[in-house]
Amino acid sequence: MQYETAAQIRQALAAGQTTAARQTEAYLAQIAKYDGVYHCYNTINEQAAEQAAEFDKQGDKEGPLAGVPVAIKDNLATEAMPTTCSSKILQGFISPYDATVVQKLQAAGAIILGKTNMDEFAMGSTTETSYTGATKNPWDTGHVPGGSSGGSAAAVAAGEAPLALGSDTGGSIRQPCAYCGLTGIKPTYGAVSRYGLLAYGSSLDQIGPIAHTAEDCALLLQVIAGYDEKDSTSKKDVQFDFAAALQNADLRGKKIGLPLNYLGDGLDAEIKAAILAAAEQFAALGAELCEFEMPMIEYAVPAYYIIACAEASSNLSRYDGIKYGYHPERFADLEDLYLTARSEGFGLEVKRRIMLGTFALSSGYYDAYYQKALKVRALISREFDKAFAQYDAILSPVAPTCAPALNASLDDPLAMYLSDIYTVSVNLVGIPAISLPCGFSAAGLPIGMQLLGAHFDEEMLVKLAAAYQQKTDWHLKKPQLKEAE
Amino acid sequence: MEIDREMVEYVAELSKLRLSEPEKQLMQQDLTKVLQYMDILNSLPTDGVEPLTHVSGVENVFRADVARPSFNRDKILQNAIAAEDGCIKVPQTVE
Repeated sequence: MQYETAAQIRQALAAGQTTAARQTEAYLAQIAKYDGVYHCYNTINEQAAEQAAEFDKQGDKEGPLAGVPVAIKDNLATEAMPTTCSSKILQGFISPYDATVVQKLQAAGAIILGKTNMDEFAMGSTTETSYTGATKNPWDTGHVPGGSSGGSAAAVAAGEAPLALGSDTGGSIRQPCAYCGLTGIKPTYGAVSRYGLLAYGSSLDQIGPIAHTAEDCALLLQVIAGYDEKDSTSKKDVQFDFAAALQNADLRGKKIGLPLNYLGDGLDAEIKAAILAAAEQFAALGAELCEFEMPMIEYAVPAYYIIACAEASSNLSRYDGIKYGYHPERFADLEDLYLTARSEGFGLEVKRRIMLGTFALSSGYYDAYYQKALKVRALISREFDKAFAQYDAILSPVAPTCAPALNASLDDPLAMYLSDIYTVSVNLVGIPAISLPCGFSAAGLPIGMQLLGAHFDEEMLVKLAAAYQQKTDWHLKKPQLKEAE
Repeated sequence: MEIDREMVEYVAELSKLRLSEPEKQLMQQDLTKVLQYMDILNSLPTDGVEPLTHVSGVENVFRADVARPSFNRDKILQNAIAAEDGCIKVPQTVE
């Protein structure tokens, strides 16, 4: 790839050194060459080259993503391509409308490359629960790319897209970014419209950018953020301006909290060392690092899984085999149609979460599980409010380990849920977080860190991450790609 | 919390899922393990804490009650199991 970031592509386009068509064709060629190995995409946009050529002729060259190719996760509704959530139950579904973020991408001049693979309905941490097969980590094909936005992350890491959209319900943008050596933002709840995002946990879901750099993330987030009357939970008057945040790498006066209990038992030693080294780097940039404790993390995973599964069990009740997607050929009556469509259409992990959520909402257990989890969520939220009264950001690991080997996670669902320990609190509380690379393991797998910010303080996170990336080169490292045999 | 077989079958019924025999055994085992872990929440006192259902703090949102075009009917129906006279056709629901 001649240009690797959206910022570089924009600059080259503006200077007349390349065209949208040439860029798009280069990425399509990369997809043709490597996607057989990595399986980042469920669907390629067959019209991408034509749309790019059309853009060169008469597109608005001033758009913030003018001529920049972008990949989008397959849980974002598109009229021109199938939207499957990597589930059998949505095979063949064509949305009658485009998600708001898709409309915004197009209005900004982006060329959509295709729909990326994911864990089925975003339920998983490895992209192995996909009905279309697992995505492989570009850094080591024996390992997972993380999940659930594993296809989006692997596509950017493998040079099959410069930018991608993912969604994050409990870490699904940040954790694949950590596993694939990328930068990604889970925006504040309400910063980005969820209209056209096929729902998993509606009080937790947010769409966000995946890229190589904080600068590219800021560029993409600025395009997709903002109020949308079609999503009543989107916030009015959200106006990010990242220009100042990207220019000034002076972190003097900024206070970063480092919760020491996040670095205790269960965290891989190499990751702990990388996080501590990153803390030193922030200190060298002028920030003040403050050690403290956040004991509520112990309750985050159970509270999260009860709430996420409860919301999922309700959201996924719409898949009835009638309105869209998979339709069984044979059934005795209406009840049998529902049962057959859902039992044949959903994969095991999705069934498990529907069962768990249905149980937590069922009469007799509602108070003990669902209500209890919501109260714990309130306590977790108070702990974060207290922290942000003192600190501008919190520095944390993203995951306890580097990317696990393929086929090592699905047999033990509880262990997989526990690996989300560092990411789920952010969604429970609705705050933003940025995940960015900060090292490599001895085995050559990327290590990520995340910075957590107060509600709608994305500019602070971009500032900190961009300052770090000016002084380090972890985000510039590229994997040695393998061609299909 | 120990999940017995009867509970698995009851929750599957509520979830509109038909589980195979191996799936039932797996669900019983996995749900028990996960719920036993979740019991850790009981060690945290939450008396007097208001449940936090939603983090955005937005109030009810109103708009003017004005008719607007809906989606293209054919685009909706192309996804349905069967269509007739511009409607989705379903198996008989009432005897």
